[in-house]
Amino acid sequence: MNFFQFAARNWREILALAGEHLALVVKAMAIAVAVGLPTGIWLTRRTALKRPVLALAGVLQTVPSLALFGFLIPLSFIGGIGTRSAIVALVIYSLLPIIRNTVTGIEGVDRSVREAAVAMGMTDWQVLWQVELPLASPVILAGVRVATVISVGVATIAAAIGAGGLGTYIFRGLRQYDNNLILAGAIPAALLALAADAGLGLLESRLDVNKRRAGARGRGDARVRRAFWATLALVVALGLAFAVWRGGARRADVVVGSKDFTESVILGEVLAQTLEARGLRVERQFELGGNLPQDSLVAGKIDAYPEYTGTSLMAILKHPPSTDAHAVYEQVKREYAERFDVEVGPPLGFEDTFAILVRGDDARRLNLHTVSDAIPHAREWRAGFGQDFMSRADGYEGFAHAYDLRFAARPREMDLSLSYRALAGKEVDIIAGNSTDGMIATLNLVQLADDRHYFPPYEAVMLFRRQTLARLPVAREALQRLAGAITTEEMRELNYEVDGKKRAVADVVREWRERKGL
Amino acid sequence: MTYAVPGVAAPIISNLELEIHRGETLVLLGESGCGKTTTLKLINRLLLPTAGAVLVEGRDTREWNAIELRRRTGYVIQEAGLFPHFTVERNVALVPALEGWGAARTSERVAEMLKLVGLRPEKFAGRLPRELSGGQRQRVGVARALAADPPLLVLDEPFGALDPLTRAALQQEFSALQKRLGKTVVFVTHDVREALLVATRIGLMHAGRLVLLDTPQNFLRSDEPRALAYRETLRLPEETAAALAQTLDARGDGV
Ligand SMILES: Nc1ncnc2c1ncn2[C@@H]1O[C@H](COP(=O)(O)OP(=O)(O)OP(=O)(O)O)[C@@H](O)[C@H]1O
Ligand SMILES: [Mg+2]
Repeated sequence: MNFFQFAARNWREILALAGEHLALVVKAMAIAVAVGLPTGIWLTRRTALKRPVLALAGVLQTVPSLALFGFLIPLSFIGGIGTRSAIVALVIYSLLPIIRNTVTGIEGVDRSVREAAVAMGMTDWQVLWQVELPLASPVILAGVRVATVISVGVATIAAAIGAGGLGTYIFRGLRQYDNNLILAGAIPAALLALAADAGLGLLESRLDVNKRRAGARGRGDARVRRAFWATLALVVALGLAFAVWRGGARRADVVVGSKDFTESVILGEVLAQTLEARGLRVERQFELGGNLPQDSLVAGKIDAYPEYTGTSLMAILKHPPSTDAHAVYEQVKREYAERFDVEVGPPLGFEDTFAILVRGDDARRLNLHTVSDAIPHAREWRAGFGQDFMSRADGYEGFAHAYDLRFAARPREMDLSLSYRALAGKEVDIIAGNSTDGMIATLNLVQLADDRHYFPPYEAVMLFRRQTLARLPVAREALQRLAGAITTEEMRELNYEVDGKKRAVADVVREWRERKGL
Repeated sequence: MTYAVPGVAAPIISNLELEIHRGETLVLLGESGCGKTTTLKLINRLLLPTAGAVLVEGRDTREWNAIELRRRTGYVIQEAGLFPHFTVERNVALVPALEGWGAARTSERVAEMLKLVGLRPEKFAGRLPRELSGGQRQRVGVARALAADPPLLVLDEPFGALDPLTRAALQQEFSALQKRLGKTVVFVTHDVREALLVATRIGLMHAGRLVLLDTPQNFLRSDEPRALAYRETLRLPEETAAALAQTLDARGDGV
């Protein structure tokens, strides 16, 4: 499928995301103007504060956007995940150009013109509104324009904290190695930036007294200028009203999150639909990157998300690896309750861990079921492993040691998705994939059981805030209902439907639930 | 009254003592940089004296409401000082608009003022200052100062950038108008002819000081060295100067 076919098939969603993107930028710009313009004006009256305030705005602008989002997540009123943090971040990036240009614009007004205004008996307010702001408006608008273009760019990153917009496509495309998705996010974002730049640029030259075309009569121009200020005021007012209204809007009963890869999104959707089937209103905050799911859960910005026990044990609770699945589950459950007031739901029925894979016909021919079964054959085999497996603490080094494995040559390090193809194409004979990868079934591969229990257990579970569960008994019921509900084979199939067949997560999950009668 | 800027050694205006009578046209004459504009700014409280006081209508400018004082003072700013983003019409209508005149009264007044300074309203009202010549801009500046009919006028080289013909016409026009309206006028110029023509009294300034204050005829007769120097520039034979002084005597004190 080329990009144009992709775009033709998904134009509705592309438009919707572009709409979200634009809404995000417009709201942020409204707030930034509402804050930046008065601040800029005020600084022209308090010149001593000019340097420190501009310096502060400058420092804020240099904070990397992902770090800024990270800081904002745990904050109560302005932070959280979703659009609010995104808007706050965009506002922070927009303040410098707007404040700086307001100051420069007003200070750039000819001294003699300002003095004439004072001499005519204008009050400070009248000097500001009738002389300084109109004459400074092209420069101020140039600042708004720069800020808008920056915001369109930064807003793509806001998808990482669940704010939606075109970045959703870009991040998804990066994860799925899908260039069509990346382009479908990047091209409209670039067009949006160009359109904003050109549109505001045009307005800017219309406002500039010195750039107007000859013969334009003054009355009309005064009208344009008045229309500009009126429109700006309207946009600012609406944007603010909308931001406040959205901020005050009642939240759904449950906010379900997910990590930023397909399987986690599928599991998030499974939970969301299971809750909805019990009459709860659910808000989805999927595809959260990095530590955001955990931080958001603890901060109460989301109520639940799918996790893996091994990740909880090692990455979050910082314990050393352990191989007893049951013990790990019990330990994680106990410590989450104590430390985070979070309930670890019953295991969902499958693990997502490293899977040692061989071709199906080899497995049958040689009667292989476990990794131990493969030890005698390994000397004639070539291995291909992903970078992750080669470098991790629970990866290749310890694995080879635990099973006393020796291959024909040192394993080739290759991209994970390539290693599947290499195995199927008989370029290598053994790989380490993901146990729930849809390609295992498609390429007719067989997973060898980890009979020496080298790999830490990565059982899939739902994490749920205990306060929310106490408030909503039906949510607990839903959580129990999902115990052991998903087999490894089913998870592989669900992943394949989404990643391989490019189908919508919600549809795939709905069909699966119907089949299971959930 | 003295005006000094901190950090500048010599005061810009030093010990200036000057009484302006109601209804007179006082001309401040002096070379560039002698403090004429500064004196005007002290009158409408754009500046406050550092020592002494400036009284307008018997009240210290410090006690005046600055806005009210400025709106009662028609000010023709040197180099016109028009608002570049306002049309000629809005520039002239400025103070009436600030004072809340009705639209009809204002536009009628604007047309009247533009005609007075020799600009056809139909042609010029809608233009922006940058679409005018320097002289036209100055005339708009005069129209703006007169628009709200202020009792006090301060004019800073109002006819500076005009050709001699327009200039002479406007000087005549001004004298005639002034005879009718009887406003209190402070008129800044460095042109002696203009001073002699419009002044009831001439104040000669030099380096922030008032060196002479007298009627035009006495100015012509004075032997104050700077007054003499100005008279030199007229290049009149002595007897003609004396005759001119007598003509002015005959015309009486008021212009
Ligand atoms: N803000 C200021 N700081 C320092 N010196 C100033 C300031 N404003 C004016 N001056 C000085 O004060 C003196 C008088 O200035 P002013 O503008 O009153 O002169 P002027 O008589 O109007 O001259 P011109 O005929 O050239 O307009 C000048 O020497 C000028 O350089
Ligand atoms: Mg001057």
